[in-house]
Amino acid sequence: MLSNFINATYIVSGLMFILALAGLSKHETAKRGNAFGILGMVLAIVATNFAIAYKDYANHELQPVSAVLLYAALAIGAAIGIWRARKVEMTGMPELIALLHSFVGAAAVMVGFNAYLQRPDSTGFQQIEVFLGVFIGAVTFTGSLVAWGKLNGKLASKALALPGRNWLNLGAVIVLGLLGWWFVASHSLLPLLLATILSLVLGIHLVASIGGADMPVVISMLNSYSGWAAAFTGFTLGLSILVITGALVGASGAILSFIMCRAMNRSFISVILGGFGESMVQGPVLEGEHREASTADVAQLLDEARKVIIVPGYGMAVAQAQHLVAELTTSLQARGTDVRFAIHPVAGRLPGHMNVLLAEARVPYDIVEEMDDINGDFATTDVVLVIGANDTVNPAAMEEGSPISGMPVLHVWEAETVVVFKRSMNAGYAGVQNPLFFNENTLMCFGDAKASAQAIVSQLPQLEGARR
Amino acid sequence: MQIGIPLEVTPGENRVAATPKTVRQLIALGYDVVVQEGAGSRAAFDDAGYAEAGASVADVNAAWHSDVVLAVNPPTDDQIAALRVGATLITFLAPRQDAELTAKLSAQGVTALSMDMVPRTSRAQALDALSAMANISGYRAVVEAAHAFGRFFTGQVTAAGKVPPAKVLVAGTGVAGLAAIGAANAMGAIVRATDVRPETAEQVESMGATFLHVRSEDQGVSSDGYAKEVGADYADRARQLYAEQAADVDIIITTAAIPGRPSPKLITADMVASMHNGSVIVDLAAQGGGNCELTKPGESWVTDNGVTIIGWTDLASRLPGQSSQLYGTNLVNALTLMTPAKDGQLVLDFDDDVVRTMTTVRNGEITFPPPPIEVSAAAPAVVVRAAPAPPPKPKKPGPWWLPVVWVGLAGMALIALLTISPSNFVTLFGIFVLAGVVGYYVVWNVTYALHTPLMSVTNAISGIIIVGAMTQLADENPVVKGISFVAIVLAAINVFGGFTVTHRMLTMFRKG
Repeated sequence: MLSNFINATYIVSGLMFILALAGLSKHETAKRGNAFGILGMVLAIVATNFAIAYKDYANHELQPVSAVLLYAALAIGAAIGIWRARKVEMTGMPELIALLHSFVGAAAVMVGFNAYLQRPDSTGFQQIEVFLGVFIGAVTFTGSLVAWGKLNGKLASKALALPGRNWLNLGAVIVLGLLGWWFVASHSLLPLLLATILSLVLGIHLVASIGGADMPVVISMLNSYSGWAAAFTGFTLGLSILVITGALVGASGAILSFIMCRAMNRSFISVILGGFGESMVQGPVLEGEHREASTADVAQLLDEARKVIIVPGYGMAVAQAQHLVAELTTSLQARGTDVRFAIHPVAGRLPGHMNVLLAEARVPYDIVEEMDDINGDFATTDVVLVIGANDTVNPAAMEEGSPISGMPVLHVWEAETVVVFKRSMNAGYAGVQNPLFFNENTLMCFGDAKASAQAIVSQLPQLEGARR
Repeated sequence: MQIGIPLEVTPGENRVAATPKTVRQLIALGYDVVVQEGAGSRAAFDDAGYAEAGASVADVNAAWHSDVVLAVNPPTDDQIAALRVGATLITFLAPRQDAELTAKLSAQGVTALSMDMVPRTSRAQALDALSAMANISGYRAVVEAAHAFGRFFTGQVTAAGKVPPAKVLVAGTGVAGLAAIGAANAMGAIVRATDVRPETAEQVESMGATFLHVRSEDQGVSSDGYAKEVGADYADRARQLYAEQAADVDIIITTAAIPGRPSPKLITADMVASMHNGSVIVDLAAQGGGNCELTKPGESWVTDNGVTIIGWTDLASRLPGQSSQLYGTNLVNALTLMTPAKDGQLVLDFDDDVVRTMTTVRNGEITFPPPPIEVSAAAPAVVVRAAPAPPPKPKKPGPWWLPVVWVGLAGMALIALLTISPSNFVTLFGIFVLAGVVGYYVVWNVTYALHTPLMSVTNAISGIIIVGAMTQLADENPVVKGISFVAIVLAAINVFGGFTVTHRMLTMFRKG
């Protein structure tokens, strides 16, 4: 009876989690999806708690201490979690997500150790499950911590390039295999501890050697890993709900990684084995003249434009310019200008990062378009504002022989005029010069994106539309 | 420096080179402005308005004696003689057509800038008076046509019978043509348009008209963004198109003017003869001789078969308030470019290709023709930037059964492995595989815009690991108890934090 009850609850919880992910397919159903997720979680926790308590009660060995500890732990976790979630800036979302991944990894390691400590002499098969769960949990834990450090600037976001780093990784994996064999054979704690330490180091090294702009892939990958860690823990403990959820999360993260890699036209392996490093071919150094425009010129240009597309990039997030960009959008719309946003899949440091930032600034989501939907419309656009984006609007990707050749990009150069907001003429993350900046129809507006947007917003209403 | 705004003396000219509004802008650039008495009267700007804007109202000599003279039409000999040596004149000078005028200005020792020489670059758009005037002419052409046409433009069904809509053909879809399409469309007519540049079809359609294509191989795009004359073969086919349309439409508006050349004859006398009685032709190219063989420049007349042919050459001047304001703004933009310090001192920077191209005479020295510049209007056609990369060599697809063999082998290996695994694991593995497949299909449906909430919600649900830690909390071993306590705290942070932040994000998304 009890085991049927608990399994039934887990099946229903699993369905709720699937409904949660399905709900996110559309903006209209997204909130409902989140509520399904919460419901599934509540069911799983309450049922587990009830089952444990009921069993103890039936055996006449109630454990008040454990109960108090459980509620205390839940209360502490809830307090910290809700506090962080309420406080976080939308620009800080990538860090928060990375940190949350690391918690799942850490929890998986601890649960794995507990499983071993509870039953040190279980079968070899279960030992392998424990070992794998701890391994992947540890990699997720430190990998996510390094990602978190890189995202909030505590660690250098440049890719760490140790000599022979691929050999180091391979060596670590081989040693881990040997430790696993030792662990299964000896049933002793030492190889498990050693393996844990080595996995932690491997996690650090894996993520440290990936550069800042590949973070969308790294975060998605760690998302996937945290899922697999939960799934392995489920195998260890024989809990179906962990297996279901872990598989869902693992698949979700893997798909996101795939989408991000496709958007950069790079293979998953090449991203994981290190960013665009020194080994990459450098693009030809471009020489040419660019045209500068003052914010007043841009305001004038916008005043006359009827169709405007704004292309935001990570620079907008760094400058915290999303609110002013939204204000600019509102004032342009009030003048009857058609304003839309074009989002490249890898813009920002997190999949969908730009969408969240714009949503925070109260830009309606139906004018925020993804790359494939809007690329055909640049040709009929009067003005494109590129704010803090570089590689994602680089026409060099359309030609052979550039490090970013073949990467899908936003065809901003097809518009009548392109205004690029940038701090300097430096190349983007990929180290590739951007010929867009030297185009005849490109104007460069140097300076902090936030200050520039502010200046344009303030200058716009003074002009009187010369049109119609 | 002082800017003079004289009264235009060309017969039929109603425009003026500055309005009270642009006078304010000129003063803001640091100039003093002198307006000749009555300069704006025909455009409904009275002297008091100029005075209020900060200009001084003076006689004709004061205006022409200024350091900078802004005008609309080419100057007469008397006016040239009135210019001071070293003064600057900015107006329409038509240097390509009128070399004599350029020579006279040179002899007077002045500097002359021609507004019809503004290059068609993006940067120079704000100075492009030809486009501004063409826009007005296109609009006025439709008004003139409607005036002469004895019927409605829009179709109606009334108690007294059905009224068919007028059919309008616009030949040439530059600025004037597009303005005409817009105006005719707004009045409810059925509008068709054609041009030697098929790439304008999209603009035409965006204005609500149908684009009529002339089938041809050679297509006229010139490097300066204006249409050029086209080959004879093409002209034959175009003639056929016009002949068909002339017999069908009620109104033809032609705008095919080529700078400095006689206008191409698009509408022959035969075509006019085939038109309905009461039809109207408005020829915006009348200045260059007209696109219609029967056009009389500057006149409007009615043929024997009742077709009104309007050949006014002063359509822009017929909306003087509007055209003065736009032209005045073009001049202000030109002076803004040439007054970098905003201190009322005119600086001719010959490194600036806009200024260089406009200048026909500098301090008595003829600087026309300017060196050619590549301009952006034609850039998309000239620079093929988006050259598609050669498609990668298609990999030879293997035989269709090969993947089946591989999947079959993998499947058998899996069966073998699972057979020797504990039964508990096999059950869980089945769930795992199914959940993975479901997750795969569900997540592909997630919209790009919600990827961040997707990550945070998967974060929250991967906190389900809390359930595992909970089952371990009851263990007697204090170490295990302690570890699972910490694990529950961490997982709970995930659960609560993940769901809360997801909810926070989702409430931010709103529809416009």
